[in-house]
Amino acid sequence: MKAVVTVIGKDNVGILHRVSGICAEYNANVLEVTQSVLQDMFAMIMLVDISAMTADFSQLVDRMENLGKELGLSIHTMHEDIFNSMHSI
Amino acid sequence: MLNVYDILETIRMIQDECLDIRTITMGISLLDCIDTDIDKACEKVYNKIVDRAKNLVPVGQQIEKEYGIPIINKRISVTPVSMLAAACPNQNPVKFAKALQRAADVCGVNFIGGYSALVHKGFSAGDMALIQSIPEALDVTQNICSSVNIGSTKSGINMDAVKLMGQIVKQTAERTADRECIGSAKLVVFCNAVEDNPFMAGAFHGVGEPDCEIHVGVSGPGVVRSALAKYPDASINELADIIKKTAFKITRMGQLVGARASKELGVPFGIVDLSLAPTPAIGDSVAHILEEMGLEMCGTHGTTACLAMLNDAVKKGGVMASSSVGGLSGAFIPVSEDAGMIDAAVAGVLSLEKLEAMTAVCSVGLDMIIVPGDITPETISAIIADEAAIGMVNSKTTAVRLIPAIGKKEGETLEFGGLLGGGPVMPVREKSAAKFINRGGRIPAPMQSLKN
Repeated sequence: MKAVVTVIGKDNVGILHRVSGICAEYNANVLEVTQSVLQDMFAMIMLVDISAMTADFSQLVDRMENLGKELGLSIHTMHEDIFNSMHSI
Repeated sequence: MLNVYDILETIRMIQDECLDIRTITMGISLLDCIDTDIDKACEKVYNKIVDRAKNLVPVGQQIEKEYGIPIINKRISVTPVSMLAAACPNQNPVKFAKALQRAADVCGVNFIGGYSALVHKGFSAGDMALIQSIPEALDVTQNICSSVNIGSTKSGINMDAVKLMGQIVKQTAERTADRECIGSAKLVVFCNAVEDNPFMAGAFHGVGEPDCEIHVGVSGPGVVRSALAKYPDASINELADIIKKTAFKITRMGQLVGARASKELGVPFGIVDLSLAPTPAIGDSVAHILEEMGLEMCGTHGTTACLAMLNDAVKKGGVMASSSVGGLSGAFIPVSEDAGMIDAAVAGVLSLEKLEAMTAVCSVGLDMIIVPGDITPETISAIIADEAAIGMVNSKTTAVRLIPAIGKKEGETLEFGGLLGGGPVMPVREKSAAKFINRGGRIPAPMQSLKN
């Protein structure tokens, strides 16, 4: 099982560090990171493996959301299935 | 492999374009709750609903979190209550409404639909008592929705029921006049009602459905409008293609959520209803899609054609995205729940007559239309009859949800708040149809019914 963490907003120092730190805390393994400036916004997309997580997935969602609020960024943590189902046949 | 653009598109749809799952609705059969003792029957109803639906809201919230997609409503539809009332003659069916309300409170759902009767060919035991009790039931409860099917392509239109429903709609508004006549906003009169509709106020659980199942109603007018806005110079068939692709994506999301909810709750997955359901929120309007296609304002000439294309393209796009499509599936045009429709009605561009024409090509009917408080029951009945005739002849579902604004006249407004919105009182014709309505009887089934 994989999840996608997206960070959108203004660039800043240490975003990747903070986000991956939370992943490590819950034993969610980071598989891939893409970072780019798209459509006038900074976007980082991280694919993480959540199958061996030590806590409930919803806890990770909440932590990321709170981090987003703290840093003034929009951080979404979503199960990869939603993207697969919407964008591939 | 996931594509960055796809991921950002999904997030933009949810964050900026009001994409959501409008409802997950659990259909529950109450046929095994029938009892000649109404108190026992009510107890069985309450127990069955609470037993089946106790986890509906928590599971909905869990899925919301996991997929990051808002699920706005968690609802329940039940077997038409008239079938339970039939076993308890001379008893007030409002007891059932109160039992449903208690169940809604415990389960935390925002509506239970199914305080309903199916009388398209005639009244059977329980039907009349239930219909007569609708004004009281919608007055003393908050979260119960009622619907009555008065016609079908197969059976024609029951004009006695049409006459009765004109009176019931008016009485319901009068009983709730101190609450913006909200009772009438929870009452729908159908022709060709569907048995697996997850949307309120017309949801009920048909007798041909399984004991318990999960339906999903998707939404997304904002997403469709934004997609069209990117192609200001595209031809109409190119627009149809864009709508199809967008509807496909929206429906796939609905399918995913429905399948997941079904698995988590341990009940079969029913259908995905492919409806574009607007809300009064900015950017969530079906009228604005029509305007994006090139109308200066919804309701002007050309509106019916644009809506026909939209409705068709939504279905074509959605149908391949789901294993089972059902319900009403199309575009909804509820006036008070759609910011663009409200503006058009206030401006006098959108009239009742235009809305009636639009219902011939959209998925439902005259929906959430506020009419003057002094409207006669016969005029309401005549509007219902017109709308039912469109449904009957075109083999489609049509519905009427009118809100007589008691004590108010054209130019004034009602405000329901929340998803129900609010809007201006729209004018109706002054001339009477009372003689026609008072004749009673039945409009025979049309030639279209003879398909065998």
